[in-house]
Amino acid sequence: MSVVKLTDRIKVMERKPMTFMEKIYIPAILKGMSITISHLFKKKATISYPEEQRPMSEVFRGLHILKRDEKGAERCTACGLCALACPAEAISMTASERKRGEEGLYREEKYASVYEINMLRCIFCGLCEEACPKAAIFLQNDKMAPASYEREDFIYGKDRLVEPFLQAKA
Amino acid sequence: MSWIILKIIFISVIFGLSLFIAMYSTYAERKIAAFLQDRLGPNRAGPFGLLQPLADGVKLFFKEEFIPMKADRWLFLMGPGFFMITALMTSAVIPFGPDIIVDGKPFSLQATDINVGLLYIFGVVSLGVYGILIGGWASNNKFSLLGAIRAASQNISYELAMGLSIIALVMMSSSLSLKDIVDQQAGWHWNVFYQPLGFLIFLVCAFAETNRAPFDLPECETELVGGYHTEFSSMKLGFYLFAEYINMFISSAVLATLFFGGYHFPGISSMEPGILKTALSVGVMFGKIFFFIFFFMWVRWTLPRFRYDQLMNLGWRILIPLAVINILITGAVILYKMGL
Ligand code: SF4
Ligand code: SF4
Repeated sequence: MSVVKLTDRIKVMERKPMTFMEKIYIPAILKGMSITISHLFKKKATISYPEEQRPMSEVFRGLHILKRDEKGAERCTACGLCALACPAEAISMTASERKRGEEGLYREEKYASVYEINMLRCIFCGLCEEACPKAAIFLQNDKMAPASYEREDFIYGKDRLVEPFLQAKA
Repeated sequence: MSWIILKIIFISVIFGLSLFIAMYSTYAERKIAAFLQDRLGPNRAGPFGLLQPLADGVKLFFKEEFIPMKADRWLFLMGPGFFMITALMTSAVIPFGPDIIVDGKPFSLQATDINVGLLYIFGVVSLGVYGILIGGWASNNKFSLLGAIRAASQNISYELAMGLSIIALVMMSSSLSLKDIVDQQAGWHWNVFYQPLGFLIFLVCAFAETNRAPFDLPECETELVGGYHTEFSSMKLGFYLFAEYINMFISSAVLATLFFGGYHFPGISSMEPGILKTALSVGVMFGKIFFFIFFFMWVRWTLPRFRYDQLMNLGWRILIPLAVINILITGAVILYKMGL
């Protein structure tokens, strides 16, 4: 019976009977054991997580942050473009008008009084970052949303998204 | 009278040591497995994870004690205990070091030097399979029963080859006392050089007898859930696992004693007797034992498990004939040496 060749990568196996050396099995065992023993001295692949951390790529897309400007005011103007761009519909926000005296807090006249991202929905695609006209939202490359027991814990509000004041100043 | 007290102390020490070594064998097994697989292994409990066995023990104690409804209660409780006792009994005839002088009288570092020591070991080891069989049968579970049956048939098949490989050794030593066998191997006269084939057969059988990979069919996870200890939980499971490590320790000790000169090392005879010599001898003995324990683990993490028919094939069709041939060769050589 001839083999019908669909591709030229087909490799017909030779089924030779085992030679005596192969049959006694011991050389094969010794070879296997020499391979395993060599691994005893190899570098370990494990990263001991809390103490050691895997270096992240510069462009890694992790947890979001809502940036402040150089004076410390929130940049976001609640335009909703990020929510529109989001393919996972993870972002929701409520817009409010800036009152007199709040100029130091919010850069634009309109700001987001509520800004929530559901980290269980988010696919960390970074489209929100690209859509933002105010350079307000970014995905950090060194933080990830940690695990939690409750679903509610994954809805990140402004308390956890907005960049801390001191960090903005620095 | 003081002799009795000394013996009791010695036996307690060996007893404690067996348990201690078994305990740290579990740690070593996990570490070695990890290292051979490029991992780090347990390293959270204490420095280097050294308290891990303790944590495991505590965990096993606090697990729920569960006895299946249809199980035979008494046998179910007896199984692990029996397995443990037989595992601990074997160390009685193993000489751990040369005689020491206490109060001007020699005191041997061996619980008892009976003249049928070798037979005793085989007897107790084959009793050990009852622990597995009873436990597996009593749990009233088909997987346990299958595992137990496998253990029994495997032990019977491999005991034959093991016994035959030992016969050739006994023909050379003309003694069944382990102490005599060890003392005949002083210097470089290790039996492994005179009986390489016998050693190989014995080694393979030792793996089968201790139910270690690649012959761990009685507890083969892929087919039998957990094998004979599927239904066991808490410290009863702990006993089974623990006793297996003790068995491994004893097998290593027997291997070292029979084939690797026991506590002898080259140059031992030129040293004057004293505390240094004794300490060195005992150290050498344990070094050999630890090497074999490491070897057991090394093999476990290298070789895949045999299929059941392959196991039986190897036992009956290869090892037993080889052992018989080995006896014939040994006999011929002995006759030739005697100047036939
Ligand atoms: S990263 Fe993508 S999925 Fe996540 S909030 Fe931004 S746009 Fe939506
Ligand atoms: S983060 Fe940017 S895109 Fe989203 S609402 Fe604020 S300003 Fe608009």
